[in-house]
Formats: sequence, structure tokens, C-alpha cells
Amino acid sequence: MNSKTQNKVAIGGLYGIAGFVVLILLALLGFILVSGVPQLSWHFLTAPGKAFLKGGGVGVQLFNSFYLLILAMLISFPIALGAAIYLYEYAKDNWLTTTIRTAIEILSSLPSVVVGLFGFLFFVVKLHLGFSILSGAFALTFFNLPLLARSIEDSLRTVSDVQREGGLALGLSRWETVSRVILPAAVPSILTGVILSAGRVFGEAAALIYTAGQSAPALNFADWNPFNISSPLNPMRPAETLAVHIWKINSEGIMPDAKAISSGSSAVLVIAILLFNFAARYLGKRLYKRLTSA
Amino acid sequence: MKSTQQLERQLKRRSKAAKLEIWGRMVSLTALLLIVAVVVGIIGFVASKGIATFTSNHVNLWDFLSGKNWNPGITDAHGKPEVGALPMIVGSFLITILSALVATPFAIGTAVFMNEISPNKGAKILQPVTELLVGIPSVVYGFIGLSVVVPTTRALFGGSGFGILSGTCVLFVMILPTVTSMSADALRAVPRYYREASLALGATQWQTIYKVVLRAATPGLMTAVVFGMARAFGEALAVQMVIGNAALMPNSLVSPSSTLTSVLTTGIGNTVMGSLQNNALWSLALVLLLMSLVFNLIIRLIGRKGRLQ
Repeated sequence: MNSKTQNKVAIGGLYGIAGFVVLILLALLGFILVSGVPQLSWHFLTAPGKAFLKGGGVGVQLFNSFYLLILAMLISFPIALGAAIYLYEYAKDNWLTTTIRTAIEILSSLPSVVVGLFGFLFFVVKLHLGFSILSGAFALTFFNLPLLARSIEDSLRTVSDVQREGGLALGLSRWETVSRVILPAAVPSILTGVILSAGRVFGEAAALIYTAGQSAPALNFADWNPFNISSPLNPMRPAETLAVHIWKINSEGIMPDAKAISSGSSAVLVIAILLFNFAARYLGKRLYKRLTSA
Repeated sequence: MKSTQQLERQLKRRSKAAKLEIWGRMVSLTALLLIVAVVVGIIGFVASKGIATFTSNHVNLWDFLSGKNWNPGITDAHGKPEVGALPMIVGSFLITILSALVATPFAIGTAVFMNEISPNKGAKILQPVTELLVGIPSVVYGFIGLSVVVPTTRALFGGSGFGILSGTCVLFVMILPTVTSMSADALRAVPRYYREASLALGATQWQTIYKVVLRAATPGLMTAVVFGMARAFGEALAVQMVIGNAALMPNSLVSPSSTLTSVLTTGIGNTVMGSLQNNALWSLALVLLLMSLVFNLIIRLIGRKGRLQ
């Protein structure tokens, strides 16, 4: 075979591989949406689950997922922001910084089940928080922190040094430069990173099964006092999320329509994550235009 | 005298901006140290729990790593508890290596396509495709594995359909996007003039890709594959759903077996804290943690070697 035919064959093969990968995604999305979307109804999205009977919904789980997501983001965003600012704007390039960077990298590469087990050991058992939203939110924070910190640091990197020099030349302190000049310029890209990480947190289950628990007691949506046990806002109640629900009913569920419920829940998860993805792109671009008049 | 003192104090006093500066610096440093504390805490806690099997239950480390019987509640003929973790360790490694073997050609092929053959289609189609694949939650992969891959394996190879093969299929799709996007980054880092020089020498596009670009990008590609392996090794729920969860030595690719992560997810809730059964599970978690550190180290070593060349 001469080199020209070889070239053609090889490039044909690469086309085939790329096509196959696209096909995998289409098949996955197609399967999830085709089997899941017919299950979706107002009843399915709002009704509480049933353990032994057909016709349960995922209302409680859906609420739990969003509540946990919001709590986890509220805790992890300020920490990640602070860490990223220190690492990129303040830290000198020495062995200590390198060590800290390594530590963050290690945290981001830890299997999420290990993070969940640590959360179980520390929050659920040691601090006696029990299987609760709070324990789950902390576990998700640990899971989320390194990725979010890195994405914010990357956002800070996209702001050119000219801006920093400009701020300092005007006599601003470093902190003022960061908070008044750099952060506003980095907002669009930080926001994109935050929304993308929200998508990841929304679908996470392994870190939650032993922290937020695997049960979803019925909630009274008329009671918004966070100190009542049946209130949706109570952070000390066990809270199975949608992702945990899919795992739970597939590995030990006994309801007769487990398959239909998992299909529906998978579709909800995937649609939510697609929305997060599109929102991240759209809002990032939109904000960038508005804030920078570019 | 008083007025000079006042003046001195006034001059030496920190301005508002300087106070704000110190405050901001402290707050951001605290946040950073908090993350470091979390890392140290996780490693410390899991290690102290994982060592308990060997220190307080007096299990021999070698028995733990090489024993083939996993039944922590039962003692064997010699009165020793059956805590052989080898089946899970073998299961984890087997599934990781197999899925990496399958995923690597597809991932690198796709990355080459994105970068070298059709950058336009790559940016418009394949980039979003890999991003969406990364975003799909692992339980959804597990659910699809359970409802599509397992029945297919059952129909093709008999048995229950649960096992290493199904796990490999699921993990292949899960690590594919990660390895692809990292490989694409590695290829992008190869300077343009390498390609131009090769093409100018009369090499075909494939010869350029195969003999120049891929060679130059090898450290980066290896990092991508190891990264994918680390992800496969640590993946819990998707694997647990399709592997069959039998703590036996895998004697074929289609017999039910288990991995470190699958035993952890099913077991930790059903054992009592502090008991041997529970401690043995924490030892598995420690193995998992150590392996994740090892993967990290390998990535670092490859990176260092790549820089030296």
C-alpha cells in the first residue's frame, strides 16, 4: 500500500471514529429522552414518591436536589472565590504555593465516593448532624471546591495584566484592584464556570448517599418554618436527591414502576443539565457584551 | 510635644485602604487554607479509619491484599476473619485497564479529527458533543447500562449480563469525553511549524499526524489516558449498578464481580461503625484513596518528563 492510499484509509478511519463518538451521544440522548419524556407530567414532577405502589412522583426529590444545590453553592462559592483570588493575585511562586496547588489537585481527583465517606464520618457521625441536608451540602461543597476554585482562577487569568497595572498605577491597593477592576471584568466567565459546576453538583450522587441520606420523607409545602421537621426548608432532615433516587430504586427499589420512574428522573436530570449548559453559554456571552461594551 | 506625638500617630496609622487590603488578603488566605485543611482532613480521617483493620483488628496486611475470600463477618478455619480484598482490587484494576484500552483509540482518534483533519467540524460538532457527554450524571450512565448494556450482554454471552464486560462498556463511554478533551489540548500544544515542516518534506497528512504530531504530543496523551483511568478507578455508582456485586474473583468477563467502589457503596450503610466488617470497608476506601494519589503522582511524573524533552 503506498503512502497515498494509506493516507486515505487512515483519514477515513478517523472520520469513522469521530462519527461513532457523535453517534454515541445521539444514542444516549435519544434513549434518555425517548424513554423518559413520555413519563413527564405535572403529577410526576410534583407528587411525593410511593414505596410499594405505582404512580409515585419525584416532587420531593426534585425540591431536595435544588435546595441542596443552592446550599452547596452558597457555601462553596465564597470559599472558592477567596482561594482563587489568593492563589492568582497574591501568592508568590514558591514551594508553598506549589504544595497548595498540589493539594487542590488531589482534592479534585479524589473519587467522589471517598469524599462522601469522609462526609459520613465527619459530619454524620462525628458532628452528629445525621443524614441531613446540611451534611449533604458540606459533602457537595468539598466535591465542588477544587473544580470551582480552578475555574475561577482561570477566569481571573483571562483578565489582562494591563488592567491590574492600571489599577495599581491609579494608587489603588491590590485588594481594591481585585475587587473593583479585576472581578467585574471576570464576572461573565466566573458565572459560566459557576453554572457549569452547578450542573455537575446537580447530578452528583455518590457523595450524597451516605451524607444526605437515601430517604425522602414527605414534606409539607405550606410550612416554611425551617425549624419544623416537615418543612421543606429544614436543613436537618434527610433528603434523597433525584440522582440518588435513580440509583436507589434501581439497586434496591421494590416499586413496580421503578423503570418508568428512573426513565423520567433521568430525563429530568439530563434536561436540567442541558439547560444549565445553554444558560452558561448564553448568559456568559450576554453579560460579557453588557459589562465590557465589546 | 503632644502635637508631634499626634502627628506621628497620624502618619503611622494605617489608611483605610491599607486596612481593607490586609482584611481582603486575610479573608482570601483563610479560604485557601480551608481547602488545604479539607484535603488534609480527608486523607487523615480515611487513613486513620483504614489502618484500624490492621492495628486494632490485627489483620495481616498481606492477607488483606492477597486473600481471595471476602466475608468479613465470618472467620475461616484458622479463626482469622475472611478479609481478602484481592477480588475487589483485581476487579477495579481490570475494569480500569480494559475501559482505558477501549477508550484510548476512540478518544485520540476523535481528538486528532478535531485538531488536524477538520477543525471546523471539530469546534462546531465534536466540542459540544464531548462537553455534553461530560455533563451527563453517572447515575444516568448506570441506568442506561442497566437497561441497555446488561440485557445486550446477557443476550450475546449468556449469564446474568452483570459483570466486568458491562462495567467496561459503561466506563468506556464515561471516560471517553474526558480523555478526548485532554488529548485535544495536548495536540493543540504541538507547535504549528512541526506540521508545516513535515508537510514541506512531502509527508502525507497521515504521516504527519502519525510520525510527528502524535509523537510530539505523547506525554500529554499519556496524561490524558492516566487521568481517564483515575476517573474510571474512582467511579462508583454507575459501575455498582452493572457489575453484579459478587465479591468473587472474576473468572470471566461476564460473571458477576465487584470493585472497591461497588463494595463500599453497598456495604458501608449495612455495617456497624467500629466493627471489623466496617473497618475492613474503610481499608478498602484507603486503598482507593492511595490509588488516586498514585494516579496523581504518575500524571506529575509524566508532566515532568514531558517538560525535560
